[in-house]
Amino acid sequence: MKINVSHIAKLANLSLKEEEKEKFEKQLSSILDYVKKLEEVDTSKVEPTPQVTGLKNITREDQTIPSLSQEEALSNAKNKHNGFFKVKTILEK
Amino acid sequence: MNKTKYQPVIGLEVHVELKTKSKMFCGCSAQYFGKEPNTHVCPVCLGLPGALPVPNNKAMEWCVMIGLALNCKIPLVSKFDRKNYFYPDLPKGYQISQYDEPIARNGSLKLKIKNEKLKNNLEKTIRIRRVHLEEDTAKLIHQFGNQKSKIKNQKYEEFSLIDFNRSGVPLVEIVSEPDFESALEVVEYLKKLQQIVRYLDVSNADMEKGEMRLEPNISLREISNVKFQIINYKVEVKNINSFRFVEKAIDYELKRQEELLKREETPVQETRGWDENKQKTISQRSKEEAHDYRYFPEPDIPPVHWTGNQISNIKNQIEELPSEKLERFKKEYGLNDYDAEILTRDKTTADYFEEAVKIGAGHMIAPKQIANVVINKKIDISSTLPAHLITQIASSKQTATLSDEALEKIITQIVDENPKAVEDYKKGKSNALMFLVGQVIRKYPKKIDAGGLRERMEKMLQ
Ligand SMILES: [Zn+2]
Repeated sequence: MKINVSHIAKLANLSLKEEEKEKFEKQLSSILDYVKKLEEVDTSKVEPTPQVTGLKNITREDQTIPSLSQEEALSNAKNKHNGFFKVKTILEK
Repeated sequence: MNKTKYQPVIGLEVHVELKTKSKMFCGCSAQYFGKEPNTHVCPVCLGLPGALPVPNNKAMEWCVMIGLALNCKIPLVSKFDRKNYFYPDLPKGYQISQYDEPIARNGSLKLKIKNEKLKNNLEKTIRIRRVHLEEDTAKLIHQFGNQKSKIKNQKYEEFSLIDFNRSGVPLVEIVSEPDFESALEVVEYLKKLQQIVRYLDVSNADMEKGEMRLEPNISLREISNVKFQIINYKVEVKNINSFRFVEKAIDYELKRQEELLKREETPVQETRGWDENKQKTISQRSKEEAHDYRYFPEPDIPPVHWTGNQISNIKNQIEELPSEKLERFKKEYGLNDYDAEILTRDKTTADYFEEAVKIGAGHMIAPKQIANVVINKKIDISSTLPAHLITQIASSKQTATLSDEALEKIITQIVDENPKAVEDYKKGKSNALMFLVGQVIRKYPKKIDAGGLRERMEKMLQ
């Protein structure tokens, strides 16, 4: 199975070197081929299963609870500025 | 020259922020406007590892309510999904949204479109594809710093500041089918939508505050006598954050596409942003690749199951909607379309009018008369009690019956003395009429009903 590694890397926010792209393309292809084995199982009578807990309707009432303080919220931030998180602009405006 | 005619094909995604007390998946306050940055945040809405989202029940009920008000079907099972993309306003690397099982689907909204040429209203139905619930993103502020940048060709450091107070605020997305054929129809639809969510009291839907946002997708198709051509591109326009820009942005985009098509070029399928300073839409190619969202079911949130009973309970909570109120006002109070439309535009005015009608009945004052006063005198309903208004009308009624002849005389005099204003009015300046009415009121010795006087002078000057 042919894989567009550059596209996937971009979606995953990863920058890869050329040799890495080649390496991962092979690896990802073989993984997909292997997982393809699952298609041999007859699943025509099996419902799609995105949940395994059997739970439903786990909700909360619309009530507020105290939030973190600004200091706490920013305590692990690499860069901050006047109470904001600060990051490099990744898009031109 | 290419003389082909083109017809706009516009679909709309509208986001409405709900005014719940708490956020969509955590207990942080959702009232973030004007608050200190990063003070309404917790591990859930900061996307910290291990934090678990729990849906806000009220937000889900309100989304059902919006769906019902838009004539949608409410499937009894619904679920949340992850929409994956990287952007600094999204702390988890995905947004919790709904993909294939939204809260509501297959609805419609009826619009009245003013037709300038025919001078009447045409009715048009816009189909609604789906209404779903999701979480809002953080707010980004782009800034230039005063440090020297390490990036080539960039003089000063450029950075973004992030405030997560808005992250996780409940957002309802309403997606229409591509049924709009003009910017005017889009504006009508938005006004109607805004009116409905305000009547439901689930959102303030103020566009300037970002509580209501829209993303039109716009294309043109050729009109041939035989059949409609298939459209093979679609341009999405972002950044329209004021009612005033909606028409301008859409009209600009339609014109741009028409020019391309006339040169026999196909517009590129892309995302463009409205630039208010430049008065045009600008390509945002950088956002293109991110369109591969790789949705998958949100494993942290069990599915939502409604009972028929719950849905009908929510339905019963919906009070009279604007279009129903308008029809009732026409029927019950003998108002014309114009008056009924103005009085039902917001619920406060409608309630005020009905209260005044109730009191007015004891003073033999007709609803139509009250409507005239409320509309033409632009009564400040926040400072004038309905009862007080009725007293005013009752007393002006007694005084205004001063001899008709005397009034006629004054009107003639004012008209003779102000030929310029009369001419202006005939050229279509309605302000000029108000000026003349003002002059008559000043000359007239007693209090007089301005609305009635205006109507009278309008007829006279025709
Ligand atoms: Zn939170």
